[in-house]
Amino acid sequence: MGFTAKAQVYNAAIQETVLGVGDKALTLGGARTQPLCSFDETWKNAPAVGVEVSDIPFETEGFPVLAEYYAGCESFGDRVKRASEMEGAKFVCLHFEGADPGGENKSVEDIVALAKEAAAATDLPLVITGCKNVEKDQAIFTAVSDALSDRNPLFMSAREEDYKTIGAACAMANGHKVGAESAVDINLAKQLNVLMTQLGVAPTSIVMNLGSAAAGYGFEYVASTMDRVKAAALEQNDTMLQMPVITPVALETWSVKESIMSQAEMPEWGDKEERAVDMEVVTASACLTSGSDAVILRHPTSVKTIAAMLAALA
Amino acid sequence: MALKGLDIFKLSPKTNCKECGCPTCMAFSMKVAQGALSLDKCPHMSAEALSKLSAATEPPMKTISVGEHKLGGETVMLRHEKTLVNRNLYGIFLCANMDDAEIDKRIAESMAVDYERIGERMFVEVIYVNAPAEQSPERCAALAKKAAETGRDLVIEAADADRAKAALEASGDAAKVLAGANAANWEAFNALAAGKLVLGVKGADLSEIHDTVEKLEGAGNKNLILDVTGASIKEAFSNAMQVRRAALKGGDRTFGYPSIVNTARLARGDSHMQAALASMFTLRYGSIVVLDSMSYAEALPLYGLRQNIFTDPQKPMKVEPGVYPLNGADENSICCVTVDFALTYFVVSGELERSGVPINMFITDAGGYSVLTSWAAGKFSAGTIEKFFKDFDIDAKYKNKVLILPGKVAVLKGELEARLPNWRIVVGTTEAIQLVRFLREFK
Repeated sequence: MGFTAKAQVYNAAIQETVLGVGDKALTLGGARTQPLCSFDETWKNAPAVGVEVSDIPFETEGFPVLAEYYAGCESFGDRVKRASEMEGAKFVCLHFEGADPGGENKSVEDIVALAKEAAAATDLPLVITGCKNVEKDQAIFTAVSDALSDRNPLFMSAREEDYKTIGAACAMANGHKVGAESAVDINLAKQLNVLMTQLGVAPTSIVMNLGSAAAGYGFEYVASTMDRVKAAALEQNDTMLQMPVITPVALETWSVKESIMSQAEMPEWGDKEERAVDMEVVTASACLTSGSDAVILRHPTSVKTIAAMLAALA
Repeated sequence: MALKGLDIFKLSPKTNCKECGCPTCMAFSMKVAQGALSLDKCPHMSAEALSKLSAATEPPMKTISVGEHKLGGETVMLRHEKTLVNRNLYGIFLCANMDDAEIDKRIAESMAVDYERIGERMFVEVIYVNAPAEQSPERCAALAKKAAETGRDLVIEAADADRAKAALEASGDAAKVLAGANAANWEAFNALAAGKLVLGVKGADLSEIHDTVEKLEGAGNKNLILDVTGASIKEAFSNAMQVRRAALKGGDRTFGYPSIVNTARLARGDSHMQAALASMFTLRYGSIVVLDSMSYAEALPLYGLRQNIFTDPQKPMKVEPGVYPLNGADENSICCVTVDFALTYFVVSGELERSGVPINMFITDAGGYSVLTSWAAGKFSAGTIEKFFKDFDIDAKYKNKVLILPGKVAVLKGELEARLPNWRIVVGTTEAIQLVRFLREFK
């Protein structure tokens, strides 16, 4: 009798949000199908892979390929330029770890100077990640948004504690994009989107960071939250959950023990860099399968692999 | 698939004889539909009606046994809708075309992966042995024999019945699945598998697989598994999705079987791509997921992911209560206490390890809930911590007498000091992420 596949295309769609400007501008979202199901309907916009660069150079002990990739880079701008040249990279994520008051405590002026240096080094869209300190992040996001007013960057993240400042300064004043960060819970995610839109932020300026976890570290919560968010967006046409999803995978995977234990400490585990790459690749693939529209990765091999997987699925 | 009362009523004798205990056949049918009564309460159902009704009440996806493992049997597409019931298996790919050195290398690397994580043994459950037409039946048999010596369950794919027979004979009881049945050879393969082995069905496309499954079911074989690998990554993903959708949402029982996805064929020689694909098919409908080989680098994230995804959303994941010495801690090291919720354990132990400070981590029985939840439920209190100290004879064994308490339950400090007078109780951080600095600065 044979088998005829039925395409599953919904009447609702994930909202489209544009990051960056010019030829390299990137549109996230637009799908009317379940995640990655291009066989149901051709992708309007492919999911995207971005590269993380921190103002503090990465730990390279045990990571010869990563070290070699950035060899010869003398400044933050050099590293940003090199990162943007990775095969498959569609945007660059500037991670200002050094702003942390409990760490290097770089001043707002220093961070603005670094952001400008980065902007001059690449024309890919920029995503700005702070140091997790709510007060400092508000200050640097506001200042960087003013300094990069013509680049249409995405600021990660606006949380319940600081969405007002970041929403007003970055999205409403400068027309930039903000990432609404919630902790792996569909209700909190929706509530934050509602609050931000009530404040006056356009829904198309919002991208959701639903939270992440490395594979094996409670990933079931990430998968089920994303499954439920996508179901609400597509099946129930819930406009407050239709924003595209961006997941900072590298922030999670590079700090779990599979990625940081040296081969000397765990000889049977084998090469440390292979472990770190596979942890990043497996987590990224699982996020995209569950519904991320963009993932942020660190290692050139991971970026290449995930970009190739997405190209093969298109 | 749920039957409606009216569908059952149409097939009932409609005599209202009351022998079932219901006043009318209609009332009886309604009760059966709700699951309150079983069909056999009616002594007058015709054989034809019974067979129609039992076919309709069959689960949408069959549960297939591969060795001691069960595959399939799913009733929902996504875990939050209820729960997923049978986790996928991971396998490695061996082919008689490979040279012996490569075969030995893959076996050695993959057999070395054998560890425990949250009470579950993590190892390569399946070896996929391919017996292609280019190789003699003897060579195929020799490979099957070598694979069988590992003691793992074998899937044997053969190009034809001769090679299948040779490989099956050489592998003895280790062979659990005979794969490679297709539109042309299904009768011969069915005869070889009959009654003993799960039969793996493949085809040029889903339509051909569907036809072959119908023929096999017609011949009485419902112990099947579908190879959805296809010619490309896109086709494999599409096939895996379509088959599961057809079975669970479309009511197509012909596709109500578990699947095989061979990433070794989709991304030849690219271990990172295979890891990425194995991750995707762990989430989306691969039942036996095959890679070239399984190194620790691939196993650690994949087995962790699988363990996460195949947990019941209604039951928290727990670790075994006890003392976990970290960073080479001994009886003279400081101690800390927390709950047995697996996520808490992983996040906290990860940060403690990062600190490099030798510390004994006490995991108490808190019902598998997080710190605040178990505290609110009375399962993590000064009393339960005191009980833990007694059960594990902590006071006698540990000399340092410093106990760090999670910051979120700082309120327990006073009562703990009263109950554990020999110990210095220190309130720790509220978030795990702050632990590294806390410990490095702690005196």
